Amino acid sequence: MAQSSVMPGFRPTLGFAAIYLSLVVLIPLSTLVFESFKLSWDDYLHIITNRRVLSTFRVSFSTALAAASIASVFGCIVAWVLVRYSFAGKRVLHALIDLPFALPTAVAGIVLATIFQPSGFLGKLLIDTFNLQVAYKPLGIVMALIFISIPFVVRTVEPVLLEFEPAMEEAGASLGASRRQIFTKIIFPNILPALLTGFALAFARGVGEYGSVIFIAGNIPYVSEIVPLLIVTKLEQFDVEGATAIALTMLIISFVLLLLINLLQLWVRKRSGQL
Amino acid sequence: MNYNFTNILFAALFTVLAAGNIRAADITLLNVSYDPTRELYKQYNPLFAKYWKDKTGDTVTINQSHAGSGKQARAVLEGLEADVVTLALGYDVDVLYQRRKLIPENWQTLLPKNSSPYTSTAVFVVRKGNPLSIKDWNDLIKPGVSIVTPNPKTSGGARWNYLAAWAYALKANNNDEAAAKDFIAKLYKNASVLDTGARGSTTTFVEREIGDVLIAWENEAYLVLREFGADKYEVVTPSFSILAEPPVAVVEDIARKHGTTEVATEYLKYLYSKEAQEIIGKNFYRPTDPEIAAKYASQFQPLELTNIDKLGGWNAVQKKHFSDDGIFDQIYGAGK
Amino acid sequence: MNAIAPPLINIKNIEKPYRQQALQDPDWVRWSLIAIAVGFIFLFICLPLGLVIFQAFSKGIAAYWSALSQPDTLSALKLTLLTALITVPLNTVFGVSAAWAITRFDFKGKSILTTLIDLPFSVSPVISGLIFVLLFGAQGWFGGLLLEHDIKVIFAVPGIILATLFVTFPFVARQLIPLMQEMGNQEEEAALSLGAGGWKTFWAVTLPNIKWALLYGVLLCNARAMGEFGAVSVVSGHIRGVTNTLPLHVEVSYNDYDIIGAFAGASILAALAIVTLILKTALEWKQANR
Repeated sequence: MAQSSVMPGFRPTLGFAAIYLSLVVLIPLSTLVFESFKLSWDDYLHIITNRRVLSTFRVSFSTALAAASIASVFGCIVAWVLVRYSFAGKRVLHALIDLPFALPTAVAGIVLATIFQPSGFLGKLLIDTFNLQVAYKPLGIVMALIFISIPFVVRTVEPVLLEFEPAMEEAGASLGASRRQIFTKIIFPNILPALLTGFALAFARGVGEYGSVIFIAGNIPYVSEIVPLLIVTKLEQFDVEGATAIALTMLIISFVLLLLINLLQLWVRKRSGQL
Repeated sequence: MNYNFTNILFAALFTVLAAGNIRAADITLLNVSYDPTRELYKQYNPLFAKYWKDKTGDTVTINQSHAGSGKQARAVLEGLEADVVTLALGYDVDVLYQRRKLIPENWQTLLPKNSSPYTSTAVFVVRKGNPLSIKDWNDLIKPGVSIVTPNPKTSGGARWNYLAAWAYALKANNNDEAAAKDFIAKLYKNASVLDTGARGSTTTFVEREIGDVLIAWENEAYLVLREFGADKYEVVTPSFSILAEPPVAVVEDIARKHGTTEVATEYLKYLYSKEAQEIIGKNFYRPTDPEIAAKYASQFQPLELTNIDKLGGWNAVQKKHFSDDGIFDQIYGAGK
Repeated sequence: MNAIAPPLINIKNIEKPYRQQALQDPDWVRWSLIAIAVGFIFLFICLPLGLVIFQAFSKGIAAYWSALSQPDTLSALKLTLLTALITVPLNTVFGVSAAWAITRFDFKGKSILTTLIDLPFSVSPVISGLIFVLLFGAQGWFGGLLLEHDIKVIFAVPGIILATLFVTFPFVARQLIPLMQEMGNQEEEAALSLGAGGWKTFWAVTLPNIKWALLYGVLLCNARAMGEFGAVSVVSGHIRGVTNTLPLHVEVSYNDYDIIGAFAGASILAALAIVTLILKTALEWKQANR
């Protein structure tokens, strides 16, 4: 399968990667598929199209979409600032970005709920000035998801900006392009694929997030109930088939989404390679 | 998945554990329990360890695991090796018989009082001074009252809360189910947060300062007063509620394998002793021993209690109220 | 990129100040972007972190210290470190081989493989735990077999390690793949054509080039391995002092109304992550200045 290449190690590396991937990821995930096979197609459809299930999908996808979008905009700015400018405290800022990876999600949820609760530091401010309640509303879910999305966006955009050749900007400048033109025509198209990846990762992660969300969401059916909570609910009722049916649906959506983004990236790279 | 690695690791762990267990007199029990019993068993375990040491000379160490009742039952089903389970409701224990025959069918008759050494009920916690003058269940459905209670679908305690409200509504409406359903719908419409567990709801009410009323286990309610200050909260006991019977059982299949049947059985039986019942009373559970119950009667308000059998038993209740498209789902579906 | 056409132009023809302007952001843009970035990070990261530290020390250092030195906390910390110690090296070896195979060769199904590697990121932690229960639980695929031989996977250390392996699976590969793709393989080909063997080429040519990305991937993998909550919660069984990892111990303490204990545990996890990251930044900086 490999194209003729002088590089060694194709078989052992791909072999090991494939076996390890199968053992750690694919075989465990396949249990979802097989468990769902215990259901007939009609049963499966009946579970998935239940109004309550659909509403959790709506809540999860809309909040994850909002959070990933907000995190993409701000994450992009953060990455830009970290790479391009120098200012006091930059190193500390740089090290802090990954905190959401390290902090247990339950802790994140508790802490964010404390900050945004109506009597909390920011929650009170928001209620007093904008009459806006964050905690225990869908907006609270968005806040929790922004928190966990930050490193995904910043850490995918940052390396691209670092690698970005200043020569390209200089060439643009030599041709008389304005700063705005350089940004929109040269810089932005170059970071777009990475930004899309970051967005997709943040989105996919947000849809499945559980630990941090349940502390701040309010968990009211049809309003702030997320898909993973519904899965847990079904499990608590000893309904494993129902839980796996929903889990499998989520998995397929995530997989297709990530695949699309990877293909898009490949396409962008090929196109830019030809130019 | 590395079988070899797992085996080696486990063998290593086992050796370590076995080395600690060479003197056969060291016994370890695992008590898998639900959330609000943490303080109770923290105090009961040393008492039992001392009792057992005096009686047999053996040292018994009791490991505790706490989480939501349903989650714990499922963990035991999937292989968590509990010698005893002490869960929030009979349904979660019964599933150990239904699904895997880990316990005998007649488990609930093996110990006195339906295998429930302590009972409790559903009451309200309000903020000091009771600003909305909440006195009974019908005050909870008034517009503008904000309620905090866990989700009955994920929390065992919340199911008792729900059923207490349901039983009250049936009684107030001469057993008219449609009216009771309407009542429950209004009540849950006032719920501003449905946490996944009893402890989560308490935290939401106390630390997040959300809601006017917390519907909670009676023991949890008095614990709030003790932990967070009787100057900030009040317990309101409604006129009518449900006798919550959190059952205990020896997981016979696993205890037999561990060779702990005797000590596990004794561990649960000793819960009915005067000493243990004292601890139970001190932790605001209702003791089942008449003498100790009388002693602690003054700390609880009197109220009329129904029980789960009068509502048809757990299997029927579970199906009717909490299954998919059951009444709990319907009341949320109807409003939208 | 259509804007950069190849014809060469005498750069000096263009006024210098104008060029500068086009290459640098105006001050107001610069400062407002910095303000936005710092504000955003302050709001979403510093504030939560500050609250963790504030709560952990709210009753003084003595209370903090005594919360940390409880046997249950220590055993949770030990289990967390053990888990990281096993999962991180395994996922690192995988990450390097996968990145090598994907970036140095062309083969069918490459983008599917890349996507599959990312997949654990997008699987809900609830599901990541569930799948191992379905495999190794008493009612799962291998449940009967395991029961027969009295091997415990779920609700014991192996289950915790497996769930952590799954959750932290993509980190190293994810860091390496874009970088190695960008690098191309000319340097390695040169080394090979000079007669160096495969291993030697990797150690002498590839590794020095990817070491920072590799270190970074390892750090992230480690941070997540120690901090994972959702998936581990499903497979742990929550036995105090036995199968509670530090994140689970934090939750247990919080539910015990032991706020100091909960946030003390959380502060340890945050500190471990931040110290390693600052260390890494410092190393990088030293390297760059040499």
